[in-house]
Amino acid sequence: MKTTGLITRRRAIITGLASVGGVLLARYPQDLPPTYGNLLRMGDTFTYAAHRALLPGQSLVTEYRQEDLTSFPATGTTNPGENPRSDLGHTYRRLHGDAFAGWRLSVEGSVAKPRTFSLAELKQLPARTQITRHTCEEGWTAIGQWTGVPLSAVLDAVGILPAARFVMFYSYDEWADSIDLLDALHPQTILAYGMNGRDLPLPHGAPLRLRVERQMGYKSMKYLHRIVVVTEFDDGGKSGNIQNGWAWYTGI
Amino acid sequence: MGDVPGQPELGMHGHARWVRISHGIATVSLLTLAFTGVVILMAHPRLYWGEVGNDLTPALVELPISRNYRHGGWATPAPFFDSTAGPITASRTYDIFNQNGWGRSLHFLAAWSLVLPGLVYLLTGMAGGHFHVHMVPRGRELAPRLVWRDVVNHVRFRIPPASGGPNYGVLQKCAYSCVVFVAAPLIVVTGLTMSPAVTAAFPSLLWLFGGYQSARTIHFFTFVALLLFVLAHVVMVIKSGFRRQIRAITVGDYT
Repeated sequence: MKTTGLITRRRAIITGLASVGGVLLARYPQDLPPTYGNLLRMGDTFTYAAHRALLPGQSLVTEYRQEDLTSFPATGTTNPGENPRSDLGHTYRRLHGDAFAGWRLSVEGSVAKPRTFSLAELKQLPARTQITRHTCEEGWTAIGQWTGVPLSAVLDAVGILPAARFVMFYSYDEWADSIDLLDALHPQTILAYGMNGRDLPLPHGAPLRLRVERQMGYKSMKYLHRIVVVTEFDDGGKSGNIQNGWAWYTGI
Repeated sequence: MGDVPGQPELGMHGHARWVRISHGIATVSLLTLAFTGVVILMAHPRLYWGEVGNDLTPALVELPISRNYRHGGWATPAPFFDSTAGPITASRTYDIFNQNGWGRSLHFLAAWSLVLPGLVYLLTGMAGGHFHVHMVPRGRELAPRLVWRDVVNHVRFRIPPASGGPNYGVLQKCAYSCVVFVAAPLIVVTGLTMSPAVTAAFPSLLWLFGGYQSARTIHFFTFVALLLFVLAHVVMVIKSGFRRQIRAITVGDYT
């Protein structure tokens, strides 16, 4: 039997691949974003599942030194108050005129104690300062220092319920986006009110923005006003990435 | 017999079936990757060295490949600190070209369709002896006299007629080996280095390439090298007998 050795080797490879596949399948996330039959969105979902199956859950991104801070472009919305047709934009303009004294962050949904936070209340919670690299999907990068409250501390304060799976964010420039609990509870996922040692500048998302350091910049939503803990995936409809033709998961 | 990995066939028998399938997948994936890669680069046609690069920092290379080239649409910059010599910020006022919504997702889809079959190809090529027997140049083939003769033949376009598969010439072996064992792994790993989730898990990738933007720049120039290879490859296929070569790499029979 001249092919015996060959078949054994081929079987060994196939068996090995099947075993690895089985282990990875067991780590495959249960709740996945909708694809609407779009091949590109299926690819995004595959990347998300592969990252969650293959990469360690809570590894930290590189943090840099003060002297590594760089110039930092402000792109996308740079002032939600400039949108005359938007009620949210109108509200934002009023709040900005008052130095955000009347601004409140609403935290609601699948939580034990839904409530609002003023900036002063957020600043009373444990603070974290991190110097990280912002990676824009366009291809540019910048290093900034961010000061804020870990999202996990805010979620602790309101008591997320066991059925919670995703955390949704709503902004004054009318975006809706979400991250899974693994990113929401990551130690470097913070709600930032300070940048480079000062209050968060208007073009960078004043008074409060999200930092999701293991994903592309556009997941770090600016101009937050509302956070909703949800038990099922919600794509944010016409205000969300998926229905606007963009990937929901952008760890790549 | 040509598709038995353990017994690579020498001579005029066309390519093994698994080689033909791998070549088909690689062709479609690479064309998609090249196209979407250029679309992605058009959104920010500037290359840098190091960890950081953006419109407010100097570029290594600027490519005039979209309306974003030196668009200059920035509001008056403001310094972050009291010193104006330090880092600055500026708001963009220009509506940039950006098709990354589908461009990025299609790029990654094509990357998966290259990397997953590529791993099977590498395993099969190693286990079945294809790399050892057909692709890696042997010591005596690399004798300067023989290499020089092959170089001269190529320069003078003295291309032997299609063999429809192995055996390959020494320059051909060197080119294929460089693509499979150097360029392909390099472009995949520099691509992974641009993933913030991957570098959170493997920060040494950033150290290895000298930063995110260095990895992006190496990724681009590896693409340029692969593009030059593809051009040379297509020219050689045409010069050595287009119809026969295409039959050999698709349906497999060589007549």
